[in-house]
Amino acid sequence: MTEKKVLLNVQNLVLHFRTTRGAVQAVDGVDFELGYNDAVVVIGESGCGKSSLAKAILRLLPRNVQTYKGSVNIGGSDVMKLNEEEFRQNVRWVKISMVPQAAMNALNPVLRVGDQVAEPSMIHSGLDKKEAMRQAIKMFDLVGVPRDFAPRYAFELSGGMRQRVAIAMALVTTPELIILDEPTSALDVLTQANIFNVLKRIKHELGVSYILITHDISTSSELADRVAVMYAGQIVEVGRAGDFFPAPLHPYSQKLMASVPRLRADVEPDFIVGQPPSLFNPPTGCRFAARCPQRFDRCAEDPPTYDRGGERKVKCWLYA
Amino acid sequence: MSVETEQLQSTLAAPGEKKNGTLLSIQDLHVWYELRRFGFGLAGYVRAVDGVTFDLGSSEAIAVVGESGCGKSSLMKTILGLVTPTKGNIVFDGQTINALGSRAMRSYRSNVGYIQQDPYGALPPFMTVQGILSEPLIINGIKNKAERAERIQKVLEEVKMHPVGDFLPKFPHMLSGGQQQRVVIARSMILEPRMLVADEPVSMLDASVRVEILRLLRGLQEKHHLAVIYITHDLSTVRYFSERIFVMYAGQVIEKAPVEAILRRAAHPYTHALLEATSDPEAANAAKFRDVPPGEPPSLVKPPEGCRFHPRCPHMIKDLCDVERPPEFEPEPRHQVSCWLCR
Repeated sequence: MTEKKVLLNVQNLVLHFRTTRGAVQAVDGVDFELGYNDAVVVIGESGCGKSSLAKAILRLLPRNVQTYKGSVNIGGSDVMKLNEEEFRQNVRWVKISMVPQAAMNALNPVLRVGDQVAEPSMIHSGLDKKEAMRQAIKMFDLVGVPRDFAPRYAFELSGGMRQRVAIAMALVTTPELIILDEPTSALDVLTQANIFNVLKRIKHELGVSYILITHDISTSSELADRVAVMYAGQIVEVGRAGDFFPAPLHPYSQKLMASVPRLRADVEPDFIVGQPPSLFNPPTGCRFAARCPQRFDRCAEDPPTYDRGGERKVKCWLYA
Repeated sequence: MSVETEQLQSTLAAPGEKKNGTLLSIQDLHVWYELRRFGFGLAGYVRAVDGVTFDLGSSEAIAVVGESGCGKSSLMKTILGLVTPTKGNIVFDGQTINALGSRAMRSYRSNVGYIQQDPYGALPPFMTVQGILSEPLIINGIKNKAERAERIQKVLEEVKMHPVGDFLPKFPHMLSGGQQQRVVIARSMILEPRMLVADEPVSMLDASVRVEILRLLRGLQEKHHLAVIYITHDLSTVRYFSERIFVMYAGQVIEKAPVEAILRRAAHPYTHALLEATSDPEAANAAKFRDVPPGEPPSLVKPPEGCRFHPRCPHMIKDLCDVERPPEFEPEPRHQVSCWLCR
């Protein structure tokens, strides 16, 4: 893709939570960009702030937020300036929707799934019930849920079908960006492959963009145009999938990729010694330094993000 | 074909597979759960395990691969003696265990270690690591405190929790996921079992720790010559761990073969589908669609006639696959497939 128009631009996004033990720096100065009909996957270990990043973009914040700042630009307008009500009316569902983690278990058990999928378009697109239902059925076709499932309840559907319903719900208002938080983590391999086929088809047909948040590196490649690696609240590397997967730059990305067991290649996987730092009081300097095999003196200072050209950015002194 | 002939076939095939003799032998195992309507009146059976036969050598690691609901957990629970089989036998070291009294069962269980899937859920939150590891020893009559301490020390060193003293007074919530799983492994090893049953031991862990735990298990298996049954849905971890793979679908083992044979010469269409659906991290994946069969595994209450995979199978042979259950064919030595395509 040449000359991309920017759909989402996040600058220096910070989200800290207040707890009795101090501030949890879940998202700490994240920058990234996303074009139209683009997909970026955010990979990282659990507790690195991936889900918090999703929540920060959609402003779905819990009560104990201490700091929430930075800029989130969607289609050219800074949505951080909007107040809560404007944000709800003009951004959420309309421009960005989300399939939260374990969405398939979060469907309302006492509503028919068709009604649930229709509801967002009644509220956000102002459709009446009949039209909204028609729109919902259209989405059911798109994600591969049989139409006669609409009057069923969530418990009558299998896990894969419920996950498709959750995706249909995110699509129904035709947003430009969908944030998928671990969309297949609880599903079987075949169902997972089917869901990814659906997501790929939707990307082709509707031209939506995705932010896919996952810890499963193997399946992340199924949807990735670009990859962002997150470690301890920061993005340490961004790059195109074609560049990243064969040769990651950041030592953490390299170690992470080496730890993935592979079915087809004959390599012995490795593991990363030690644990990610606590987000209460992250180390000054590079946050990966303590576990990094290529650590040197300069790592005591916080590395800036270096632009390596071709949309590759890496936050590491090795590339100074 | 009757079940007996099938059983005979696999006993004939067995000698080549044995490694230092058979430790565990599963013979035509059926586990059916009763379904009751309104609490009484039989409404049918859930056929969770439906005719499974295999032998496990005394220092052999096998992997049972299948999707959720294929009966792999029921198989595991039956092997652990938590569920009584409806039909068939489980023979451990020459002793049939499905009809053991409670005393004999206890001695059997001390020979079999169990590694749970979710380490946090498997560890009692109110007990320290020391307490958790003492419990099996106390139950199995090791009254001497010093001896217990010594064995705990030894087992924690084996699972590489250094320094041991730091971990003993800790509660499970104070440990990371990887450390919790190590404690679970230590607990399963503390009675020096001869066999381990590991139910998705790494599925709840992060990628970076996963390999560490698998290597640890592999190391323990080799050092103590353990038989290991590794239950998983993730084919990509299997090859680092086990010698043979058993693929289960809808309560039946449909393909048994050494790891390399499964990865390179899988014969059953379902195994093909599983392999196709497993991705390696490559950028090319984003550009192509995965060729996987649509649909879901069948209900185990009324499984399809004939081959249970036939409604989803792209190579279904009419009037054969949907009528008669395929027997086990052997396309090459040590490789058994229940599929009519291998006739």
